[in-house]
Amino acid sequence: MDLSVSFCKARMRNPTVLASGFLGVNVEMLKRVVREGAGAVTFKSIGPKVKEGHRNPTVLAYEWGVINAVGLPSPGYKDMGGELARVREVGAPAFVSIYGASVEEFREVAEAVARHKPAAIELNVSCPNTKAEGMVFGCSELLAAEVVAAVKDVSGRVPVMPKLTAQALDIARVARACEEAGADAVAAINTVGPGMLINIEARKPVLGYKRGGISGPAIRPVAVRCVYDIYEAVDIPILGIGGVTEGRDAIELMQAGATAVGIGSGIYYRGIGVFKKVCEEMKIWMKQNGCKDVKKLVGAAHE
Amino acid sequence: MSDMPVSNKVRKIVEENREVRTIFLEENVPGAIPGQFVMVWLPGMDEKPYALSYMDGEAAITVQRRGKFTDRIFKLRKGDYIGVRGPYGNGFDVDICKRPCIIAGGIGIAPLAPLAEKLAKKKPIIIMGASTRDKLIFVDRMRKVCKVEPTTDDGSCGRKCFASDILEGVIRKCKADVVYGCGPEPMLKRVFEICRKRRIECQLSLERYMHCGFGVCGSCAIDGYRVCVDGPVFSSEQLSKMTEFGRFARLKYGNKVGLYEYYSWRE
Repeated sequence: MDLSVSFCKARMRNPTVLASGFLGVNVEMLKRVVREGAGAVTFKSIGPKVKEGHRNPTVLAYEWGVINAVGLPSPGYKDMGGELARVREVGAPAFVSIYGASVEEFREVAEAVARHKPAAIELNVSCPNTKAEGMVFGCSELLAAEVVAAVKDVSGRVPVMPKLTAQALDIARVARACEEAGADAVAAINTVGPGMLINIEARKPVLGYKRGGISGPAIRPVAVRCVYDIYEAVDIPILGIGGVTEGRDAIELMQAGATAVGIGSGIYYRGIGVFKKVCEEMKIWMKQNGCKDVKKLVGAAHE
Repeated sequence: MSDMPVSNKVRKIVEENREVRTIFLEENVPGAIPGQFVMVWLPGMDEKPYALSYMDGEAAITVQRRGKFTDRIFKLRKGDYIGVRGPYGNGFDVDICKRPCIIAGGIGIAPLAPLAEKLAKKKPIIIMGASTRDKLIFVDRMRKVCKVEPTTDDGSCGRKCFASDILEGVIRKCKADVVYGCGPEPMLKRVFEICRKRRIECQLSLERYMHCGFGVCGSCAIDGYRVCVDGPVFSSEQLSKMTEFGRFARLKYGNKVGLYEYYSWRE
């Protein structure tokens, strides 16, 4: 049973990827996630300078999913330099997520990050929980393409992958615009929303930022639809993300068109060992369904 | 599954001293064991982790006044709502010891007091350290279940020294096989080293800035460990693998700094 895939020239032993925003604060934690079975990992979004993020509560789980507004806390790329310099030690392809409040900031961060030669730079143009750095870029074909082009200018051989949002009017068109601007892959989707939950006794929104992005099982159908639409519009590979907790969910996203599959909230539902569990379940499914190579599943739902 | 702050009313407030209060909750936190913690939400303000200082039908947290958040906790009155979610973390392993020794630095006594009660049959000995006599809390509570060895920085109660200064002698005298500890990390680092030297097991409860409490965000990372899920209680073996224990911690925005810079930021 072959689970290996190639994504943006990076060889992965299986298609599971630690999604950005989860656990990726240091090299030691990423090594742990690789030991737990992930085929690739992502450093938590890094910005141009120190950013504190929002007040707690920042991450909660309601009945159907996870809701968060952490607010992109980051020490800034200069302070992360020490960790990024050790990117090779992670033991699997490591992507680095970056954000900025302007095209220039994206370029500045990307230039510094690219020097460390990560497996890819993920552009967070889709965070629903911040004002300036948020999904404004990912909602617009023009702005998303502009960010991609600016980053491609300074990223050298490091592949560039914008992470898109389902809040765009037509996510497939945004993906297409990014491809035309030189993107090597796209990731989809970021959290959905923002949403809000109110504690009715306190009569107050629960999250410190009040609004937060929704992830987990609640958004899986949105992710599947977005990946499906993007697959029909572009030729570059897709990192499919959204609500994967089981092997079947990963296979579903791959059949929609994803070459690799991000897992984040799945850690909440099944523990840090979720990567291994998902891979085992994929193998069982493949065996039962006469599939020897996971690569054959990519886009299968389109035929 | 869901992990939302659940509204819980303040049932009773006990003033332990001028700076420390125990807040008893109307609703219990079912299934909690000593060493586990809850996330406490003050609506519209912030949310922070607190060890449970009482359990088994009467959940409580014990809070030291420090900054804006604890100022607000000190304004709580009986009947006020707060949000509570948990219990979180692993808790202390009570099955591994025959002769337990417990060491508490300052407010670190909070998770250790219910532990001492749970271990009562094994006749634990507890070293309780604080800066002065009036800052030692739960002394009478501990005297009911174990032998108490107090230490104070100024000598106003018990020996005039740090708690960890008398640990080695106490281990030798009572032939302790496991040391349970909670308190300032420089103290815990010393406890760890003493236990390593004497080749006995330790179970130490650590603290880091925390967001989710359920192991997904990474804000409380110590190397590859998550304090909220893999801890907060760590074994000798785990502690020996950590490069950051006793040396580094991360601020709210993920910046890795020296422990003293971290502590001054927390103040």
